[in-house]
Amino acid sequence: MSGAEFVPLSLPPIVIGTCAAIACALPGNFLLLRRQALIGDAISHVVLPGIVVAFILSGAISTWPMMIGAAGAALIAVLLIEAIRRLGRIEPGAAMGVVFTTMFAGGVLLLEQTDTSSVHLDVEHALYGNLESLIWLDATGWGSLLDPLALAGLPTELPRMAAVLVLTSLFVAIFWRALKISTFDEGFAQAVGIKTTPLGLALVVVAAVSAVAAFDAVGSIIVIAMFICPPAAARMMTNRLERQIAWSVGFAALSAILGYVLAGYGPLWIGLYDAVSAAGMIATVSGVILALAALFGPCRTRAGAPAGV
Amino acid sequence: MLDLICEDGTTFTENSLAQSPLAIRGLTVTYGQKPAVFSVDMTVQPGEMTAIIGPNGAGKSTMLKAALGVIPSVSGRVQIFGKPLQDQRARVAYVPQRASVDWDFPTRVIDVVLMGLYRQVGLLGRIRGQHRASALDCLTRVGMADFADRQIGQLSGGQQQRVFLARALAQDADLYLLDEPFAGVDAATEKAIITVLKSLRAEGKTVVVVHHDLATVTEYFDNVFLINTRKVAEGSVETTFNTVTLQAAYGGRLAATQVEQLNQITG
Amino acid sequence: MIWDALLLQLGYNATLVSVGAALLGAAAGITGTFLFLRKRALVADAVSHATLPGVCLAFLVMASLGGDGRNLIGLLIGSALSAWVGLWCLNWLTLRTRLAEDAAIGAVLSTFFGFGVVLLTVIQTAGIGRQAGLEGFLLGSTAGMLFNDALMIAGGGAATLVIIALTRRALTLVSFDPEYASAQGINVSQVDMLMMGLVMAVTVIGLKIVGLILIVALLIIPAVTARFWSERSDIVVLLAGIFGATAAYVGAGVSASAPNLPTGPLIVLMSAGLFALSLFFAPSRGVMAAVIRQQRFQRRVHLRQGLLALAQGQPIYENLTLRLLGRAGLVRPDGVATEIGRARAAKALRDEKRWEILRRDHAHEAAAELYDGLREIETVLTPDEIREIDTKIGPPQEIPT
Repeated sequence: MSGAEFVPLSLPPIVIGTCAAIACALPGNFLLLRRQALIGDAISHVVLPGIVVAFILSGAISTWPMMIGAAGAALIAVLLIEAIRRLGRIEPGAAMGVVFTTMFAGGVLLLEQTDTSSVHLDVEHALYGNLESLIWLDATGWGSLLDPLALAGLPTELPRMAAVLVLTSLFVAIFWRALKISTFDEGFAQAVGIKTTPLGLALVVVAAVSAVAAFDAVGSIIVIAMFICPPAAARMMTNRLERQIAWSVGFAALSAILGYVLAGYGPLWIGLYDAVSAAGMIATVSGVILALAALFGPCRTRAGAPAGV
Repeated sequence: MLDLICEDGTTFTENSLAQSPLAIRGLTVTYGQKPAVFSVDMTVQPGEMTAIIGPNGAGKSTMLKAALGVIPSVSGRVQIFGKPLQDQRARVAYVPQRASVDWDFPTRVIDVVLMGLYRQVGLLGRIRGQHRASALDCLTRVGMADFADRQIGQLSGGQQQRVFLARALAQDADLYLLDEPFAGVDAATEKAIITVLKSLRAEGKTVVVVHHDLATVTEYFDNVFLINTRKVAEGSVETTFNTVTLQAAYGGRLAATQVEQLNQITG
Repeated sequence: MIWDALLLQLGYNATLVSVGAALLGAAAGITGTFLFLRKRALVADAVSHATLPGVCLAFLVMASLGGDGRNLIGLLIGSALSAWVGLWCLNWLTLRTRLAEDAAIGAVLSTFFGFGVVLLTVIQTAGIGRQAGLEGFLLGSTAGMLFNDALMIAGGGAATLVIIALTRRALTLVSFDPEYASAQGINVSQVDMLMMGLVMAVTVIGLKIVGLILIVALLIIPAVTARFWSERSDIVVLLAGIFGATAAYVGAGVSASAPNLPTGPLIVLMSAGLFALSLFFAPSRGVMAAVIRQQRFQRRVHLRQGLLALAQGQPIYENLTLRLLGRAGLVRPDGVATEIGRARAAKALRDEKRWEILRRDHAHEAAAELYDGLREIETVLTPDEIREIDTKIGPPQEIPT
């Protein structure tokens, strides 16, 4: 494979996919340990009504209104889940199920009622994203990476996703100790003066921002998978939070790269002509990694983990 | 001193409120519609060890958690060394019930103790060698230095409790609040914990313990606070810990054999 | 049009779909209640998403064998098989690894769904998918449904209901108290399997109408809704069935009345409407009732504490207490007790002493258990008993002014 083909067609989707995967996996680690793993599932479902409403209000498919709409929907969903859980004294799983299915249903209905024939907006797009179409037409080869003129033509998803990854990393780095303490022992965290409720909400908001940005580029399947599979696999590799985060980042990047390559080139190897869904393949690869970790990971069970990992 | 209406007036002077390491006034906490703690006043004596005792479900832990703002209260006022809790967090160390956390959390013993240094290190500060050394010191005090690098899930119940105590020691506070530290621990741990608590008292610190074992109260503590939703009695072990107050707190739940046993202990 | 649909006037197929949806809704509501009481509501989400690879594989197999890839029975068998594999993975992850159930649910859901999407694109690009219409399984579609398909859905819903009716006692016992059920000689793991089997049945039958993304709503929302109305499990089960059937019937009817009204989302939104009504207006468990109760309770606590403080001449720190006392005419604006206030305070203090004596007395143990700081002593003792206690307290005391 030559650079002239790889750099414009495959490099941007791979980089975007990797950034998206890591940006979701980072907060996913804490959600997993807080038994809130399915928040990611809920968020990625409610993104659809968010962007549909944004489209109806703004009348166009433009990035910022949609990002704001999706983030707003995610925030509303989280608040609704919390409200229903507390007000109705309903277990969190059921409260989540009520909220995200209702909002998703509302989104689908709105979408069907709206004339979207002129724009590329449908449920399938929301689910699978369009990773394959994020190409870099100005690139001619590896040399383009140093060419400012060509770099200006990068798909806008790339800098945006990279920025969100930086934001997520900063959040985790700055609040690292507070997050760790409040995740392990909320009562103690409150007693030493950590504001656990705002911190928990901030974590969900950061997760939502990652989900929304990633969703636009890669679809909601990857979002759900990356929130859960890499952190879950990482948990079975080590008994230390710092290393778990590192493993999860590695697994997320591996899923994104391997998934994209398998989707793009795998079918050719077995004699088919067309590529398959990259988003679906990335999720599948992350699941396979999780399965391997669950079968062979040194810390896969609750008891009997070896020392020093 | 049996009267829970405290007609002597001494416990309510503003003076004692300002000096007490932990003063609670009119604290009411409810779960749903039933008060777990109703209009409780407590005035902890500085530099002494106080046991909070009462039957199961009497609101012992609830009172402690509400005083620390860990759970919300319907009404009430709490002062730590005469000031609101927010200004005094650094002077309070809290040891929650062991069962309240997920021991499967991916972390080591030493990391848990380092959590006690949160206020000292700050949000962005780096953990340095001196912090690590002081955390190890605290582990040594509870006899757990050899376990510093263990995963916390691999500890026994008693060892977990000692790690929690070490974390509180790392906070270097003036007031220590412990929630059932002796529940379900082995004899060696119980001895280690009480030794540490007594050494804290010797340093002039104040210790408050939610306690369930009536047999050890006279041996371990200076003061008792009896509670059963309302305050039943408060005072020194000599004057306040007797069958009359216990019967008032436990009611019919205190078996006849226990009464006999207590008669021997309390004389 | 809507009335025509609701009154089954839109032709034979639409009628069959509406009836089938109602049966499905009832079966889903009831099955979901058991799942909800067992605190495993979202397991259904993993099961439903796990059907997608099965649907696609079944299509590929049937098409490659030269048959009609769209044969609904074949597709549903495929979906059931892959849902079963997904469920098995979920159980294995929860039992054999350190992962909690929520993480296992998310992992199975996303991996299976992702793989299903890969297979969907295989079908599309292989040039056979344009006519396959498998996307319809994502969100459900009743348009152009064949008569046989509609008949099968109605039959499947009815059959599921019959199975639930036959096994309801074991299901109730296990979902309510598995340990007690086990002591009664019920094989809990078998009943759990049955429960999951019912979830799979509902999912598979509902695929065509509601679609796999939203079918979980039919299992969760009616159950949660019904829980607001009763504390008795048998009534909750029955109500969930009724709510589920109503939402599904009305949703399917409205959907058939006009174009661009997808069936699945409409059914879900109907359920959500019932849920919202219940959340706010249900007696006792609803939000409105709880808010009123909580406010009344807080006022009682503060009034009582205020009266006791007055009686003992203690300062009152909380503004709310002072406000409430003032509003009740018990203290003047400057915080000094009025005549009535002093009388009420004296009574409160006296009651407190009465309780104190009562709680020390073994003869009143049952009454003492009722003490919560607020209960009026007259509600547990007769006037004679109160008089007897009063003799132990002595004459009334002076209240400080």
